[in-house]
Amino acid sequence: MLCIGREVLDAIVAHARRDHPDEACGIVAGPAGSDTPVRHIPMDNAERSATFYRFDAIEQLKVWREMDDRDEEPVVIYHSHTATEAYPSRTDTSFAGEPRAHYLLVSTREPDVAEIRSFRIVDGAVTEEPVRVVDPTVDPSAVTTYMFGQSPASVDYECSSGH
Amino acid sequence: MAIEVRIPTILRQYTGGAKLVESTGDSIADLLTNLDTSYPGLRGRLVTEEGGLHRFVNVYINDEDVRFLGALDAKLSDGDSVTILPAVAGGAFAFAAAAAYASTLR
Repeated sequence: MLCIGREVLDAIVAHARRDHPDEACGIVAGPAGSDTPVRHIPMDNAERSATFYRFDAIEQLKVWREMDDRDEEPVVIYHSHTATEAYPSRTDTSFAGEPRAHYLLVSTREPDVAEIRSFRIVDGAVTEEPVRVVDPTVDPSAVTTYMFGQSPASVDYECSSGH
Repeated sequence: MAIEVRIPTILRQYTGGAKLVESTGDSIADLLTNLDTSYPGLRGRLVTEEGGLHRFVNVYINDEDVRFLGALDAKLSDGDSVTILPAVAGGAFAFAAAAAYASTLR
């Protein structure tokens, strides 16, 4: 299961909307081993494409070094699909190089609803997992603007105790 | 000629979990051959059967992408630091292509 803060998720969706119709991509770093996404880092899509994304190699080196210095790792690696559903394509699974990361996909094909799904991709095998939004300050009904691929599609106040 | 090599998470299974190893070599090709002696299997994850660098692996010498330095022929100097990272890439293209293909079958 991916537990993610409401603010971080909002920032990812805003990034995906901003770059639409091109695919947006980025990561959320967190303390190594914590499985907690904290620091949102939008990345350039070096391909500037509606159907493909690739982190700029030099920007990636800089960001990965910075994580190394801060004892962080990429907890979430996200990108958007701008015309298809939020499910990893064959390209996604063959290039997934971070087995510990949650691969978050945002589909921006509908203007009003962001479809959000999260996957583990290990050795080319894709496993979907539930997404839980953590934010005790927000009205749970506000979450209905997102559509999650799996239940529970709700705000979870006790997420941190769940794993 | 000592070269420090940073190993990404996905390849640490070959280095016994080490994220920083040391090896030698005059070029990236040399270095990978030497690394493979100490850590068998590592080279095969980075170099294709045709002998080129895998497209979805990034290799850097200090702050530079080796693709702009001659790829496997890129020269190394004593004290250089080499970083290996999995390229982060993907997207809907293959999915869209598959969908388009499927629609022609209907």
